[in-house]
Amino acid sequence: MKIHEYQAKQIFADYEIPVSDEILCHSVKDVEKAAEKLGLPVVVKAQVLAGGRGKAGGVKLAKTKEELVNAANQILGMDIKGYTVEKVLTAKAISFTDEFYVGLTIDRNTKSVVFMASSEGGVEIEEVAKDNPDAIHKFVIDAEIGLMPFQARQIAFKLFDDIKLVRQGADLFEKLYRLFIDTDASLAEINPLVITAEGNLMALDGKMNFDDNALFRQPEVLEMREPTEDEKTEIEAKEKGLSFIKLDGNIGCMVNGAGLAMATMDIIKIYGGEPANFLDIGGSSNPQKVIDAMNLLLADKNVKAVMINIFGGITRCDDVAKGIISALEQMDVKIPIVVRLSGTNAAEGLEILKKTNLVTVASMGEAAEKAIEMAGQTV
Amino acid sequence: MSILINSDTRLIVQGITGRDGSFHAQKMKEYGTNVVGGVSPGKAGQKVGDIPVFNTVKDAVAATKANATIIFVPPKFAADAVYEASEAGVELVITITEGVPTLDMVKLMPYLKKNGTKVIGPNCPGLVTPGEALAGILPGNIFKKGNVGLMSRSGTLTYEMVNQLTTNGLGQSTCVGIGGDPVAGLYYEELLEMFENDPQTDAIVLIGEIGGDAEERAAKYIKEKVTKPVVAFIAGQTAPPGKRMGHAGAIISSGSGTAAEKIKAFEEAGVPVAKKPTEIPVLIKERLGK
Repeated sequence: MKIHEYQAKQIFADYEIPVSDEILCHSVKDVEKAAEKLGLPVVVKAQVLAGGRGKAGGVKLAKTKEELVNAANQILGMDIKGYTVEKVLTAKAISFTDEFYVGLTIDRNTKSVVFMASSEGGVEIEEVAKDNPDAIHKFVIDAEIGLMPFQARQIAFKLFDDIKLVRQGADLFEKLYRLFIDTDASLAEINPLVITAEGNLMALDGKMNFDDNALFRQPEVLEMREPTEDEKTEIEAKEKGLSFIKLDGNIGCMVNGAGLAMATMDIIKIYGGEPANFLDIGGSSNPQKVIDAMNLLLADKNVKAVMINIFGGITRCDDVAKGIISALEQMDVKIPIVVRLSGTNAAEGLEILKKTNLVTVASMGEAAEKAIEMAGQTV
Repeated sequence: MSILINSDTRLIVQGITGRDGSFHAQKMKEYGTNVVGGVSPGKAGQKVGDIPVFNTVKDAVAATKANATIIFVPPKFAADAVYEASEAGVELVITITEGVPTLDMVKLMPYLKKNGTKVIGPNCPGLVTPGEALAGILPGNIFKKGNVGLMSRSGTLTYEMVNQLTTNGLGQSTCVGIGGDPVAGLYYEELLEMFENDPQTDAIVLIGEIGGDAEERAAKYIKEKVTKPVVAFIAGQTAPPGKRMGHAGAIISSGSGTAAEKIKAFEEAGVPVAKKPTEIPVLIKERLGK
């Protein structure tokens, strides 16, 4: 789960990491009021759940009232990577001398929390990682002990010469580690961390992602969730035990298991079609899931054919077949459905489907070919 | 021979009185696995089928000399269950549970390493050595004893691949589902090493998916250390960036973890990558000179 910059900085502030004075705004009027309160110059920053806001023109410095109104007008309502900007953060402009990057994430390779620090702040860290990997210092943290003060100092010595800044930095890094652990984060990033003109450290931008598996014990984090329309469908699906992601094609897919669901999307593409979604109905045999899944697929008006690909393990093919039958009884399905059943109770499942006019095939390749062919005939 | 489990494995089931635990305990036993006991706090003295239940892993190990355990407890309690098994000296811990918080696993790892405990999962379908033992939720009837070792991040896609192998006359030495989570126990490199050293295994199938760089690291390892033929498949070639494809680990972030990068790494290591599941047995046969 992702949150906005302003939310990440609220968490930073809760842990006494210094952030700039800033106010969340929803309109040009709000921005004007905020600037009055904070005093010009200010920075107006788009709040969307996508990276590269600066490059897209979503972050602007305003020194005068005229610049302020222009910036607010330009940014509010603009589109950044498919997200419409509905709110902006108006922040007091901070003059600074140096920019750094610090971030915590989980490293799959070492199976531990890793602290990353770099003197090349203010640019996307992925770019630094590609062009100049040596500029990123990595510190593996032993999760049993946590980030020790000496380690925090070690990191700080990599970035700062002045012992006053080293101490400030070490303190800040310990706070960042603590909030990362406390909130079950998967990413906590300050970029840039700056040395202000007054010689102090401050977090000018922040980014946090959280582990979806831990949200059950993070009610405060969960409250910060602001799903988009597509994500709302995905969350709704998750509550029904389905894992759903909408895509742009016209072949609706219903599959058991995430890996097989991805492979199904891939094979549709190999045969020249376009999948309309990723949909994993999971490992249970509840026919209701099939009905819910069918509802989700048919809600997408782009879907011209449905491909059901089941390899039974825990999931029993006869249960899926029963689900399909009751879905067909409850719904007015006008588009063709191609079904592939293999594994546990596949023969029983296919027997049940004989009563219908559904197309049944033996392999996923055939299912994809057939679904694409039939989608082409559907108006 | 095989890897990790065989007919000598003495398996216990943690969470044996739960819905999934009791069902699969009996399924595994039917397959022929030596299921010697189960654990469910407060249920000692009961039986699931004819499998005795104990209050703690320690009790179960003392009574049955179990050397492997399979965990079916809910995500909140999964890390605790793994600790308990490791503390009781169980050598192999298979965690089926889906949805375990990542930091719970991160916090566990140093302890497991100290104890020398091997972990598979979480969020995995388990593993099977055909004809000898099945520790997991995999459908036993699709497997066939043979000389192909298989490892996979996915469950049902594994079944698809195994089915391709079996119906084309290629049996398996051991098939391991390593799980779809970002932080998991045994991974490609450890398993590649085991298969390389296993006399029964003549060829290896590696089924990866988008996200992370484990496949790239596996490719490097194969190039340097593996002499047996390896073929691969990568799921998620058409997945859009930034979207988590069901598995917590399956996400392309900021252009890394893509299928294209993984395929390139494998091809550079001399590992052919199948475009479709049906190509896997063809590639294996080519490599084995059949």
